[in-house]
Amino acid sequence: MDAQRTFGEPILEVKNISLAFGGVKALTDISFDILKGEVRAIIGPNGAGKSSMLNVINGFYHPQQGEIWFDGQKRQNLKPFQIAKQGIARTFQNIALFKGMSTLDNLMTGRYIHMHSNIFSQALWWGKAEREELQHRQRVEEIIDFLEIQSIRKTPVGRLPYGLQKRVELGRALAAESKLLLLDEPMAGMNLEEKEDMCRFILDANDQFDTTIALIEHDMGVVMDLSDRVVVLDYGRKLADGSPDEVRNNQAVVDAYLGVSHA
Amino acid sequence: MFYRESGDFKTSYRADQQTFPLKLDRWVVWLFIAFAFLVVPFLINDYWEKSVLLPVLVWSMAALGLNILTGYCGQVSLGTGGFMAVGAYASYKLTTAMPELNLFIVIILSGGITAMVGVLFGLPSLRIKGFYLAVATLASQFFLVWLFNKVPWFYNYSASGQITAPERTILGVIVSGPNAPPWATYLFCLTLVVILAIVARNLTRGRIGRSWMAIRDMDIAAEIIGVPPLAAKLSAFAVSSFYVGVAGAMFFMIYLGAAEPTEAFGIDKSFLVLFMIIIGGLGSIVGSFIGATFLILLPVLLKNILVGGFGWPTDLVAHLILMIIGGLIMFFLIVEPHGLTQLWRITKEKLRLWPFPH
Ligand SMILES: Nc1ncnc2c1ncn2[C@@H]1O[C@H](COP(=O)(O)OP(=O)(O)O)[C@@H](O)[C@H]1O
Ligand SMILES: [Mg+2]
Repeated sequence: MDAQRTFGEPILEVKNISLAFGGVKALTDISFDILKGEVRAIIGPNGAGKSSMLNVINGFYHPQQGEIWFDGQKRQNLKPFQIAKQGIARTFQNIALFKGMSTLDNLMTGRYIHMHSNIFSQALWWGKAEREELQHRQRVEEIIDFLEIQSIRKTPVGRLPYGLQKRVELGRALAAESKLLLLDEPMAGMNLEEKEDMCRFILDANDQFDTTIALIEHDMGVVMDLSDRVVVLDYGRKLADGSPDEVRNNQAVVDAYLGVSHA
Repeated sequence: MFYRESGDFKTSYRADQQTFPLKLDRWVVWLFIAFAFLVVPFLINDYWEKSVLLPVLVWSMAALGLNILTGYCGQVSLGTGGFMAVGAYASYKLTTAMPELNLFIVIILSGGITAMVGVLFGLPSLRIKGFYLAVATLASQFFLVWLFNKVPWFYNYSASGQITAPERTILGVIVSGPNAPPWATYLFCLTLVVILAIVARNLTRGRIGRSWMAIRDMDIAAEIIGVPPLAAKLSAFAVSSFYVGVAGAMFFMIYLGAAEPTEAFGIDKSFLVLFMIIIGGLGSIVGSFIGATFLILLPVLLKNILVGGFGWPTDLVAHLILMIIGGLIMFFLIVEPHGLTQLWRITKEKLRLWPFPH
C-alpha cells in the first residue's frame, strides 16, 4: 500500500478500554483510532483480545472502563442494533449468516436499517413498501455484481461452500453501507485463490464504496498488503501501533509472534 | 409447455419478486381460487361444509398464524389453542355487546385483541428460547382456558358456562348461527382466508419477514445488522396471534356455533396446529394450507374408507389415524423438517435439469 494515502479525521476512537470476564482480563487499557477512509488491521496471537475488541466496538461487550468515540461524539451505552443504525457493520470469525435464507435475502436483510415502510404498507405490498423493495433490490444487485455472486443469488446460503459463505457475509455487511466495517478474520480457512479474491474485494470496497475498514487477520503477508496502519494486541495489551513497516520491525512484536518470553 | 423453472426468464426485479414466479404455477393458483369462489358455492352441501371445507379453512388460518411465529420467526408456541380461545371470546363479547357491528369487522377486531394478548405473552421470548419458551407458552395455554372457564363475564354469565354464536348477517345473508346456509359460511371464511393469506405472503417477503427469519436463523447476526430483537419478536407474536385469533373467532362463530373452552380450545388443538405446520412445511405459506388440509382430510378419508367401506370399528380407525399421524410427524421431523412443501421444491429442482441431471 502506498504511503501517500491520506485520511480524514477519526471515525472511531477507542480510549483506555479495559474489559474483564470475571478474573480474565481480555483487554487492558487499549487506545487507538481509526481514520476515515483507511484500512486498519488489528493483529495478534490467538486469545489476544482482537475479537473482544470488535465486540466492544459493536456493543456486544460492555467494557468496565474506557470510552468509545464514534464520528466525533462520545458514545453512550447502546444496544448492538442501535450501533448498527449509527453506521457500524461487521462480519464474524465464525460465519454468522442466515442459513435458511437465500443469498439475495441475506443481502436484503443487510439493507434493514435503510428501509422504513410500515407494516400496513407491507401487508398490502402497495406504494412505499413495493417501491422500497425494488429500490433496495437495485442496490443489492450492485453488490452482487461487485462480489461476483450472481449465480448463487437464489441459493439458500446454508448450501454454499465455505469460501462463498464468507463472501456472502461480506456482501451482507457491505449492503448496510455503513461508515465503518469490521471484519473478523475474513480470510480464515480459505485457500490462496480465495484469499486473493477476498483481498481484492476488501480493497475495492474501501475504494469504490468509500468504506472505512477495520480487519483482523493472521496472515502477515495479507496484513502488509492491505492495511494502512496496524494495531498489535497481545494478552489484551497494546503492543504496537503504526504503519505495517514500523510494526514489522518492532522488536516486541517480533518477540510476541516468535513466542519469545516477555521481558 | 413443460412444467419447470428453466426457460422462464425474468426481465425486471418486479417480475422476479412475484409470489409464484412460474407461469404455470400462477395459472394453477388462479384457476384454483376461481374454482373455490365461483364453482364450489353451487356444489356445497351440509356434509362438505361441516366435515371438509370449513375445518380446512379455519385450521389453515390457524396454521398460517403459527407458521409466522414458529416457521418464520423460530419461536415455538404451544399456546395456539389458548389464543384461538381469546379470538373466540373476543368475537363473542364484541358481537353480543354490539349486535349491529358487521361480523367481518367483529372477526378482524377479535384478531386485533388476540394480537395484543399475544404480545403480552410474547414478552418472555426476549429472555427465554427454544424448549423453555415452549413451556412458557404452554403455561399461557392453560392459563387462558382456565380464565375463560373461571370468569363469568367472558361467557355473559350463561348458566351452562358455554358461549353461543348469535345469528348475524352480512349484506342480508345469514353467516352465523344454525340457520346460516353452507355456501354463505363457506364464502365468508374463504374470503377471510384468501385475503389474510395474501397479507401473510406480503409480510413474509418484505422487510419485516426478513427480520423474522434473521432472528430465527441467527439472532446475534440479526442484531448487528440492525434488527431490533424486541420489535422483531413481538411483531411476530402480534401478527401470528392476530391470525390465530381470527381462526378462533371463525371456529366458534361460523363453524362450532357454541363452545366451551376446555373442549374446544384445549392443548390438543395447540398440538394439532403445530403438527400441521411441521407436515406442511415450516416457514411456508403454502405449506400451512397443505398441512392443514392434509391433517383434516386424512381422518375424514380414512374414516370413509375403513369404517364406511370395510366396516371396521370406529374406535380402531380413530387409533389407527393417531398412529399414522404420529408416524408422519416423526418422519418429517427426522427426514424433512421443511415438510411436504420441500419435497415439492426438490422435485422442481430435479425437473429444472431433467432429463440430464449433471
Ligand atoms: N464471552 C467471554 N467470556 C469469557 N471469556 C471470554 C469471552 N470472550 C472472550 N473471552 C476471553 O478473552 C480473551 C480474548 O479472546 P478473543 O477476543 O476471542 O481473542 P482473539 O480474537 O484475539 O483470538 C480470551 O482469553 C478469551 O477466553
Ligand atoms: Mg478472534
